[in-house]
Amino acid sequence: MIDVKNLKKSFGKLEVLKGINETIQAGEKVVIVGPSGSGKSTFLRCLNLLEKPTEGEILFEGTDITKLSTSQINLVRRRMGMVFQHFNLFPHLTIKKNITLAPVKLGIMTQADADVRAMELLEKVGLADKAEQYPAQLSGGQKQRIAIARSLAMNPDVMLFDEPTSALDPEMVGEVLNLMKELANDGMTMVVVTHEMGFAREVASRVMFMEDGVVVEQAGPEEFFNNPKNPRLKEFISKVL
Amino acid sequence: MIDNFLDDLYQNFVAEDRWKYLTDGLINTLVITLFAVLIGMVLGFIIAIIRATHDKTGRFKILNFFCKIYLTVIRGTPVVVQLLIIYFVVFGSVNINKVLVAILAFGLNSAAYVAEIVRSGIMSIDNGQFEAGSSLGLSYNQTMISIILPQAFKNVLPALANEFIVLLKETSVSGYIAIQDLTNGGDIIRSQTFEAFLPLIAVALIYLIMVMFLTKMVTKLERRLAKNDRR
Repeated sequence: MIDVKNLKKSFGKLEVLKGINETIQAGEKVVIVGPSGSGKSTFLRCLNLLEKPTEGEILFEGTDITKLSTSQINLVRRRMGMVFQHFNLFPHLTIKKNITLAPVKLGIMTQADADVRAMELLEKVGLADKAEQYPAQLSGGQKQRIAIARSLAMNPDVMLFDEPTSALDPEMVGEVLNLMKELANDGMTMVVVTHEMGFAREVASRVMFMEDGVVVEQAGPEEFFNNPKNPRLKEFISKVL
Repeated sequence: MIDNFLDDLYQNFVAEDRWKYLTDGLINTLVITLFAVLIGMVLGFIIAIIRATHDKTGRFKILNFFCKIYLTVIRGTPVVVQLLIIYFVVFGSVNINKVLVAILAFGLNSAAYVAEIVRSGIMSIDNGQFEAGSSLGLSYNQTMISIILPQAFKNVLPALANEFIVLLKETSVSGYIAIQDLTNGGDIIRSQTFEAFLPLIAVALIYLIMVMFLTKMVTKLERRLAKNDRR
């Protein structure tokens, strides 16, 4: 589904991604771990072009999206949901409006249809009673579940998660991870940057270890955690587990 | 004493229908302010969006350059001088309605201040809001209109209201091009009755009441817009 070829990204003189070659198949749940500053968030943000790659190709279903025009990029982004560390809900809109804004503005659904869909999604994330409230009235965990619902409203083919639980109080991490597990079980293609090793072990079809702008090692979760080969990964795992 | 005061009141406002100087002047003041605010808002928003878009995306290089010159010139010179230049230089050789000239001058002036207020509001919105909009497939313009501007507008509302209150009071220099506005009306009464206190205090009171009314309306609007901040 996504083919990344020799992806490089620099911020000024700082080279953050130093050539990444990866393929993400439909239905895969790829979890990316690694120390901070390793480039994992940048990699994720390159996939939907929130960061413009300096070099390399990103093929989404065969089309190199780094060569597309702005309006074509917007079309691709509709099909890639993204969940942010800091939720980025729209504070001036009700929860329901947060979810219906994009489908309605983009002419994909009428307001009435979008409202129905929003309520379905709110049921799914267990927050139907919050439909008419504003983001400021919600807890962090609830906000993140709404952010996931908002992405799902676009019926994306793949979901990108950028440290979705890092800004949450510990007692709220579980509710978000549970929702993500549900999504995974529904067959959603997911790319997740996280520090939640338990989630990686349980949900990932593949775990990727990034350090210093390159993918150092990757494997299925069993192999990855029980039998790491690279010394840097061994050190990382011994620190986080 | 009281008789004296009543006589003064009569002389300044009732005799020869002198109150009409104030009401006619007030109408001119309100017309100038209202339309200048409209010009200022529209033009100011356009400039702000051009400037903010340039800051965020690098587009509109040339337009941004002209906007910057405009802001520098307008904010760097007194509004009275601008008014005089527009009346005597720009429209010096044509016969044009003075009120129209004043509307244009104060509108163009206000736009520069509105532009910087709105731009600061746009830049104060967290970049995550832009990213959230983009990640959903919204275009830059759609994100700007549906997500950024409503939040920016709310944040800068007090500053905008302040700008309009300043504008209302600034129109009192319209007399420089012989427009009979509220201030000028009071001054005409003074020149006829040789009494400064009552007409000028009356003028001041009318401005004060208008400003207080505006302030109250803004507070109401702010409260309405703040409903999504409730916790």
